[in-house]
Amino acid sequence: MNEKAGVVIIGGGINGVGIAYNLAKKGYTDVVVLEKDYLGSGASGRNGGGIRQQWSTRENIELAIESTKMFEKLHEELDTEFEFIQGGYLVLAFTDEEITQFKKNVKLQNELGLNSVYISPEEAKEIVPKLNILKVKGATFNGTDGIIYPFPVVYGYARAARKMGVDIREHTTVTDIVTDGKEITAVKTDKGIIETDTVVNAAGGWSTEIAKMAGVELPNRPYRHEIMVTEPFAHFLDPMIISFHHGIYFNQAAHGNIVGGIGNPKEYPGINQRASLWFLRTMAKTLVEFIPNFSAVNMIRQWAGLYDTTPDAQPILGEVPEVDRFFQVNGFSGHGFMVSPVVDKVTAELILGETPSMNIDRLKVTRFEGMDLEKEYSVVG
Amino acid sequence: MGCTGPEGEKMTVIVCRCEDITEEDILAAIEDGYCEIEILKRHLRIGMGPCQGKTCISLLERILKRELGTSSDKIGRPTARPPSRQVSFAILAGDDHE
Repeated sequence: MNEKAGVVIIGGGINGVGIAYNLAKKGYTDVVVLEKDYLGSGASGRNGGGIRQQWSTRENIELAIESTKMFEKLHEELDTEFEFIQGGYLVLAFTDEEITQFKKNVKLQNELGLNSVYISPEEAKEIVPKLNILKVKGATFNGTDGIIYPFPVVYGYARAARKMGVDIREHTTVTDIVTDGKEITAVKTDKGIIETDTVVNAAGGWSTEIAKMAGVELPNRPYRHEIMVTEPFAHFLDPMIISFHHGIYFNQAAHGNIVGGIGNPKEYPGINQRASLWFLRTMAKTLVEFIPNFSAVNMIRQWAGLYDTTPDAQPILGEVPEVDRFFQVNGFSGHGFMVSPVVDKVTAELILGETPSMNIDRLKVTRFEGMDLEKEYSVVG
Repeated sequence: MGCTGPEGEKMTVIVCRCEDITEEDILAAIEDGYCEIEILKRHLRIGMGPCQGKTCISLLERILKRELGTSSDKIGRPTARPPSRQVSFAILAGDDHE
């Protein structure tokens, strides 16, 4: 006889365990989470830990503002230390086009309740005295942005959800999603069949593959993004520093290490999580250009993870037209962790048929059907 | 578990010198349900310091096998990440000589 579950969540990353936790908190625990490796083995355990609210689209700004408020309280709720430090994000402009875009971003962010500001290169140097501002043309800053240590958040959710009765299974691979007409009937894994009518696709870089199992085509594609960490040293850098022009981001984590990444514009889509020498050289050259004092610092480790990237760099949430009760929570394009608190709450509400506390209709996959997209401009890494 | 001194007193056994992780820390983490090397690494930061786990990961593997009575494939083995030794940004950023 097959097992049965009310909801099967595919993916044991931040969103998979976060949705399980939110469902359980509402008293719904007939939930199985399936993770093919260990919890947080994908992007949730590989990202730079940035929590940013300075975005260019209304949707991303609103998701991030609400999520940041939730992160401020989440550690108490989960009784876990995440090392959430709100040292701000300093976003540097290097071209005139960027200045125009940044001023537009700040205006929209301010309208939506964020206290971000446009500042001069000299003011940026006041925030980070070691910063080389020779080529900097302007900047924006928001003091409530910050960084977090992602792993304990994933584990904190998982522990709390398990305590309330949610079944979280690691090292269990989904092999098929069985449908009958528009209805889901079961999820097949390498360890057996689970009968269910509700599936959540929170598989990050693997979400397009998962959707295909149910006959659903998603426009997301996985792209490798590389990242590195230095030896820890005395605290000197408060904010996360980013530049879209260079595709770089870096910060000093609570432990004292510099953590940062830089994007390769020539990256091909595909599941590739290996480290490259190109990244190491480019990261080092750019980092030393930004903060010359870094030349004396030792780099100790590099790795990579996947951005699950959509054509407009905004997430895909909610149901799909082809299959009933197949909820998408993917396509985060490199900023899934930072918006997860509100996304997970709203997804739990949608699954239970409640009125969602935030309207996410504009983030459904149907937006890609021949409509003009409002692309998120502020992607980095 | 752990070691005792000549008077039977408890002694601290350092397993990861870079991040100052003791055998006791590891046993407590296993007790809390962190039972794979990749997960212990992220939870305790064991093996994530400047030497990149050159001595401690093997020790951790032995402790895990002993405590869980299990084989290597169950506890995993972390991916070896480059570089094998720490390198300064000055060297990495240096000009290419072609």
